[in-house]
Amino acid sequence: MAAPHRPAAVEGGAAALAAVAALALPWLLQALQMDFYLSVASRVLVYAIAATSLNLVLGYGGMVSLGHAAFVGLGSYVTGILLAEGVTSGGVHLIATMAIAALAALAIGAISLRTRGVHFIMITLAFAQMLFYLANSVKGYGGDEGLTVRARSLFPFGLDLRNGLTFYYVALLVLAATLFALARFVPSRLGRAALALRDDEVRAEALGFATFRYKLTLFVAAAVLAGIAGALSVNLQGYVSPNALHWTQSGTLLVMVLLGGVGSVWGGLIGALALLLLQEVLSAYTEHWEFWTGWVLLAVVLFARRGLAGMLVDLRARVLAR
Amino acid sequence: MSPIFILEQALNGLQFGLMLFLLAAGLTLIFGVMDMINLAHGSLYMVGAFLSAWVAGATGSFLYGLLGGVALTALFGAVLEVSLLRSLYTRDHLSQVLATFALILILNDGVKMIFGTDLPLAAPAALDGPVELLPGLLYPAYRLVILAVGFGLALLLYLLVQRTRLGALVRAGASNREMSGAMGVNVARLFTGVFAIGAALCAVAGGLLGPLLAVQIGMGENILILAFVIIVIGGIGSIRGALVGAILVGAVDTLGRTLLPHLLREFLPPQWASAAGPALASIAVYVFMAVVLVLKPQGLFPVRS
Repeated sequence: MAAPHRPAAVEGGAAALAAVAALALPWLLQALQMDFYLSVASRVLVYAIAATSLNLVLGYGGMVSLGHAAFVGLGSYVTGILLAEGVTSGGVHLIATMAIAALAALAIGAISLRTRGVHFIMITLAFAQMLFYLANSVKGYGGDEGLTVRARSLFPFGLDLRNGLTFYYVALLVLAATLFALARFVPSRLGRAALALRDDEVRAEALGFATFRYKLTLFVAAAVLAGIAGALSVNLQGYVSPNALHWTQSGTLLVMVLLGGVGSVWGGLIGALALLLLQEVLSAYTEHWEFWTGWVLLAVVLFARRGLAGMLVDLRARVLAR
Repeated sequence: MSPIFILEQALNGLQFGLMLFLLAAGLTLIFGVMDMINLAHGSLYMVGAFLSAWVAGATGSFLYGLLGGVALTALFGAVLEVSLLRSLYTRDHLSQVLATFALILILNDGVKMIFGTDLPLAAPAALDGPVELLPGLLYPAYRLVILAVGFGLALLLYLLVQRTRLGALVRAGASNREMSGAMGVNVARLFTGVFAIGAALCAVAGGLLGPLLAVQIGMGENILILAFVIIVIGGIGSIRGALVGAILVGAVDTLGRTLLPHLLREFLPPQWASAAGPALASIAVYVFMAVVLVLKPQGLFPVRS
């Protein structure tokens, strides 16, 4: 599971290339008259943020959470309910979303982190199911039919998330900031501590690390980021339903991280991109895209054990070895 | 709330709990012995229900449908274990979650391709009417049959695991797989059999609950989570724990759904009460599990020391 060590120049070059491609994408789509795909690209960005936040818990904290979608859904509901109540200030949405996601994660994490392994998987799942049923029961905000909002978050300088292009660049900015922070986090003191206790918790504890506090910090930080992804999601779709918190949604995020590469900075983005593009392409040819997606995922588990990011690293090593 | 109503709901709870036990029994053995998280266990319940409904439709008999569905699902489970799941036993939990999640997608869509999104399945006409259990307590005959079958199978399974040589081998595997392997038990072949029995039990639950709930795509996804809650409460790998957990969860879920709104109506406005009741009932099960996990992390009946 150790993070692959790469030369900084190559890493930086790849990042710059990806950034240029992402910045130029809307212009390119317009030139090709494929504007429709801008919303697909925005969806990829939102999922990439959510999957990256799960990767923080899973790949850096070593905690297998099967309830992460609850925090994404919670963020969607907080922002969605504020919008439904006529509050349009994006700043208020952001602060409320982050605060509530943090509080929920603090409570859930403080209890869940007392358990290990399989039991941690199950208890995070249990808490997510509680929030799922709570969302189902809030009849005032759509109940099991979900909440539709007409308004969108407004930010200073006239930034309106209703505009597709504005949304794309805001989501891109959030993702870029997330990936940058994650890349800086890995060599930091907290990052090294996290990796130490992921690889051997008993040893880390013996060395004097406050393992519980480190893990809880990561858990809460990831939930806040997931909440932001949720707030973006409700702005993109104008809709949130309890299904956003369902365990199969947590499973989908988990699949993205595993597909992209656990414990790799780019894992969440690569996984979200790969899975959503796969769905997009398959659904153009067949209504049974889930069936074929399943086979692709199965092939990844059986034949590409470190995800797509791992495959890329192996490929590069083979090319360099020549 | 009359005592008759409470008694009726208690019977419903017991009946749901017994069906949950059929799902949890296979899951807890695979989880306990092979240390394998099988998210696709709920899909076996769905496959079993569809196959039962299909055979019942073809033969015109509910009984033949159920028997045929159970046999076909057991065969399907055995094939699945040998061809795919066996190679996952030695992998980490994360890979198992990904692979069995992929299996859910494949089976959901695969069943949809073959049978469509849902199939009709009706209880046999002879069991349509109610039976008077006590003066004033009319209970559907079909639900009584479910109760009886559930009790019978639970007893049979308990005797099989606790009293036979085969059961002893399974229990030995659950408490220490390597050691029982070293003692000469063919754990691999044993578990193809256990998996097939687990799949058959899923099909029994799917076929019996089919007429009450609906035979449709995705029917296994929520019930799977309840089965996981049960085995975590009961202690992973313990058949006795699965039985106790299943009856507790069935009772909490059913009684909460039906009695809680009545109780809440005493304190809250009616529209609040009917909205909060089911939500609180669904949550009660998970709160219960969280409390058990915090107090007894190994569950109520721990298998491993």
